[in-house]
Amino acid sequence: MLRVQGLTKRFGGVVAVDNASLDVAEGRIVALIGPNGAGKTTLFTMVSGFQKPDTGTVTYQNQDITGMAPHAICQMGVTRTFQIVQPFAGLSVRENIAIGSHLHHPKRADALAEAAVVAESLGMKAMLDRPAQDLTVAGRKRLELARALATRPKLLLLDEVMAGLIPSEVLEIIPMIRKIRDSGVTILLIEHVMQAVMSLSEEAYVLAQGKMIAHGTPQQLVADPTVIEAYLGHGAAERLKAEHANA
Amino acid sequence: MIKREHTGNVIVAVLLGVCALLPYFVLSAAWTGFAINILIFSLLALAWNITGGFGGMMSFGHAVLFGSSAYATAMLQLHLGLNAWLAGAVALAVGALVGGFIGALSFRYGLRGSYFALVTLAFAEVFRVLASSFTVTGGGQGLSLPLGRELANLQFASRLDNYTFVLILVLIALAITIAVRRSRFGAYLIAIRENEEAAKALGINTFRVKVLAMTLSGAMAGTAGVAYLQTFLFVDSQIGFGTVMSFEALLGPIIGGAGTVLGPILGSLVLHTLGEVARESIGGAPGLNLVFYGVVLLIILRFLPDGLMGIFKPRSRAQAKPEGK
Repeated sequence: MLRVQGLTKRFGGVVAVDNASLDVAEGRIVALIGPNGAGKTTLFTMVSGFQKPDTGTVTYQNQDITGMAPHAICQMGVTRTFQIVQPFAGLSVRENIAIGSHLHHPKRADALAEAAVVAESLGMKAMLDRPAQDLTVAGRKRLELARALATRPKLLLLDEVMAGLIPSEVLEIIPMIRKIRDSGVTILLIEHVMQAVMSLSEEAYVLAQGKMIAHGTPQQLVADPTVIEAYLGHGAAERLKAEHANA
Repeated sequence: MIKREHTGNVIVAVLLGVCALLPYFVLSAAWTGFAINILIFSLLALAWNITGGFGGMMSFGHAVLFGSSAYATAMLQLHLGLNAWLAGAVALAVGALVGGFIGALSFRYGLRGSYFALVTLAFAEVFRVLASSFTVTGGGQGLSLPLGRELANLQFASRLDNYTFVLILVLIALAITIAVRRSRFGAYLIAIRENEEAAKALGINTFRVKVLAMTLSGAMAGTAGVAYLQTFLFVDSQIGFGTVMSFEALLGPIIGGAGTVLGPILGSLVLHTLGEVARESIGGAPGLNLVFYGVVLLIILRFLPDGLMGIFKPRSRAQAKPEGK
């Protein structure tokens, strides 16, 4: 469904994303993981059209969408969320979500009605008329998700929707994401909460210092020495193995 | 919460309605002239409110739209002998085009906030200098329409007829504002004001929406320009493109409540009534009213940052205890 090939992005002398490729098959939940500063969000911004890659291509449903405008990509069915939440602060939760549902509903009343339905499916019914700026972190993260869902995406790009949540909130949001996938939405997610990655995704890519270093099931990846070294530093895999042997 | 806002709207609507009827029953001809002034500034304020209030695009040069239309209709009538109604209609299109052009140019290069404000201000100044330099625009003397107080010339036999004409224009502008407020277009504009990046991510072509808003605002400000010309039969570069007119456009909405439907009219009414009362009682120096406007603006911004309509707005927790932004 989504194919990223040889994507590269430089900021001055820094190569944020270096010749990265990945594939997302329809109907799957694919995770993109990696240490801080690996370039995961930069990769997302290029897929969603917010930044143009220096080289490489992004193909969605066999169409080249490289360098297209963000709104055009969203209209094709690819919607992203923001790691740093971006609510329409002065608007109510209902109005926030309605901006998303307007994509398929020209009429105000229809968009507002659809917003209520989306909110209810994410357990936000009680917050509908509260200003977005009054929400807690968890509420704002959920609002990001609700707004994106309201655009009826076929492919959802989730940028750390679980960061900053307490464990009980994470447990609440995991089944929601699974439910979204079961309704026919393909999901590519960036996540640091490994508990979520392990239980949600069938497949994960690991990005470190801009390069795609590994790909496999999450279970394979946590045992992969290259991945462990990327997270914990050079030689970490050896030391861990030694400790295991001693214990 | 919402009920309180609704009550506020009703109170202000009744208040404005009563004020709008005063010239028919109470006021002298001189005060009716003053009322016409307020209505023309209300038109301009409603125009600014579309872009500045709903869309958050702070224009400091809305005079350029007002002046372009005023000059366009004057020149079409004087130089080409066009009928005043037809010239007025063409002038609205000119205002819309100028608005769309400035918008397209600014937003193409991603200008926002103070940069957009400066560009609009610069456009108004350039147009002011150009208008005072060419004979076709009447140079420093400006353009005067010949007196012909007939409806066919879009001129009025009495002040009251003139007042009625401008009042109808204001009501149309108000209807447009309400329609925008209740439409997807309006919702998109507000989304752009609140967070442009998020708006893009949700599939909104922000460039197109912003340019459309500037075009609509241009036509509405142009209406004010045409109404001004047909009322006073005169325009010069200082009136048409001067900074005073640009500030008139934004003071009304900011004092009354930017992004509300009735705020721009309420703001224009309160500002000019207070200004007139102050001038009558203090008498005196020209420009004193501007000093007075400044003081009013400071007081409003300090105590009612959402404008007068903000009195009726429920305060959210975050506003009561502002976060660093």
